[in-house]
Amino acid sequence: MAVNDALAGTHKIIEEAKEQQGGQLVPTLNDFSQELTTLNLGPTHPATHGIFQNILQMDGERIISGVPTIGYIHRAFEKIAERRPFYQITPLTDRMNYCSSPINNMGWHMTVEKLLGVTVPKRAQYMRVIMMELARIADHLICNSILGVDTGAFTGFLYVFQEREKIYEIYEEVCGSRLTTNMGRVGGMERDFSPVALDKLRKWLKEFPAVMKEFEAMFNRNRIFMDRVVNVGPITAEKALNYGFTGPNLRAAGVDYDVRVMNPYSSYEDFEFDIPVGTNGDTYDRFLVRNEEIWQSLRIINQALDKLPDGPFHADAPHYYLPPKQAVYKNMEALIYHFKIIMGEIDAPVGEVYHSVEGGNGELGFYLISDGGRTPYRLHFRRPCFIYYQAYSEMVVGTSLSDAIVILSSMNVIAGELDA
Amino acid sequence: MADPTKEESTAAQDTAVAQDPAAKQNAQVLALLHSLFGEATFTDVHEPYGLLTVTTKREHIHHIVAGLQQDETLKFHFLTTMCGINYPENLNQELGMIYHLHSLVHNIRLRIKIFFPLADPVVPTLTDLYATANWMEREAYDFFGIIFTGHPNLRRILNVEDMDYHPMRRQYPLEDGTREDKTDLFFGR
Repeated sequence: MAVNDALAGTHKIIEEAKEQQGGQLVPTLNDFSQELTTLNLGPTHPATHGIFQNILQMDGERIISGVPTIGYIHRAFEKIAERRPFYQITPLTDRMNYCSSPINNMGWHMTVEKLLGVTVPKRAQYMRVIMMELARIADHLICNSILGVDTGAFTGFLYVFQEREKIYEIYEEVCGSRLTTNMGRVGGMERDFSPVALDKLRKWLKEFPAVMKEFEAMFNRNRIFMDRVVNVGPITAEKALNYGFTGPNLRAAGVDYDVRVMNPYSSYEDFEFDIPVGTNGDTYDRFLVRNEEIWQSLRIINQALDKLPDGPFHADAPHYYLPPKQAVYKNMEALIYHFKIIMGEIDAPVGEVYHSVEGGNGELGFYLISDGGRTPYRLHFRRPCFIYYQAYSEMVVGTSLSDAIVILSSMNVIAGELDA
Repeated sequence: MADPTKEESTAAQDTAVAQDPAAKQNAQVLALLHSLFGEATFTDVHEPYGLLTVTTKREHIHHIVAGLQQDETLKFHFLTTMCGINYPENLNQELGMIYHLHSLVHNIRLRIKIFFPLADPVVPTLTDLYATANWMEREAYDFFGIIFTGHPNLRRILNVEDMDYHPMRRQYPLEDGTREDKTDLFFGR
């Protein structure tokens, strides 16, 4: 039925065109220019990198409006969190920005530590910094290399995907898992870095800069790449702030807001690093800012590794720190606390706490209201993707479809974080 | 069920406030708030973990946020987040909205709360001030059924359109209460 209607419409246009042209059979292009095309970009299109739909109205090649539909992988994390003890919320945070799950985990653990008043020893803080910066590098590498794929350069993606694989191997040495990591605990880390992990980390730190240089050499002054990204999807600083942008997307617009500097957590004040900023907030700037941030993250990791203090890797907080499994097998006290923590028998104090970390995409905030029970009364995630993706429909207007794809991938919208 | 707005201050909280240099700054911000909008506008002022928290009425919220955004001293140019909350026990104050504002210039965060009855969940929109409020308000509408007057497109955002309830309200338990094969009896006593 719909097809017939559509065909009937076409015939009508041809008839009208025939009349206008004085009975000529072949209509000219001008006769069709009044017709708008509705294009569904997504929900599952390879170029959208996730499950969300954009209904684009197109006038020929030009986009005149974009309406996003989200919620395809909404999993009601905020509701689920109201029923779960604090440790069981950790896997929920993993699954938000799954490109850099250690940042989410540790951000959550730091929120709980803030609520409980647990102080984490320096070594654990430095270890967290190392893991979080590794996660940031992995996140930025994926974003930038996929931007390359969307502009037609597959090779760069293959170069750096290997490096992400190596980062995942380091995760594996540290905690045993790769994508949804579980290395963090309330009060510190699950276990100390093993010698193998440190070896792998040092080896990677030596090898990676060469690959990164190669990656940058391939893109940064590449004529084809620049034609596709320079002045595509620019956003001004005022507008970016108004839309709630944070992270690389905001810094590309020229605002040097970085949670690591403004509200340092986990000893970030001990390290020297710069905040890269762009000038006009276009796709090219976002790409360059992410690349530069990878170098800054490498600087931080190197400093943290050099200065890594000795001492315990977790706080002396038996009521909150989940004991390592080996201790649970051998030590009665550890067994008791393990049981009590897992069964949620230890109540949190009454209070409300907002803590934010610099996630891969920007300020990842946790707003936790505790009424003194074993679960949060209310937990709200400030997901950077959710907040800035609403600017997308405005940013694509006036561009072409190929630009829309590039803008989307340069914004690094992660579907898990968008929906939560 | 305790209400965090009437919480007792715990030891951990006191140390957090003592360590936080922002405590002094908060006093200055509060003085400025009082001078701008009047002392009676704000009730229940406290600083959990160093973040200044004030409660106000919903009639004032738009005026206050607009004033803070335009104010040249404070420069609250950034709306970090906003979320709804439901306290079924608080009579005529069942629903609430919590706003987090951030002055990036001075690095001051501010939390503003409003509470209103479940029977009349109507709040003025902030979309005319912050473009970012659009989806956050849609999310609050979706989860709690809070209606924002003046919102350009108040539809559900994360849940399906034909859902007929607002799932984050406390009256809807996460698990089906009629089930008998799952019991909480031995969990988290």
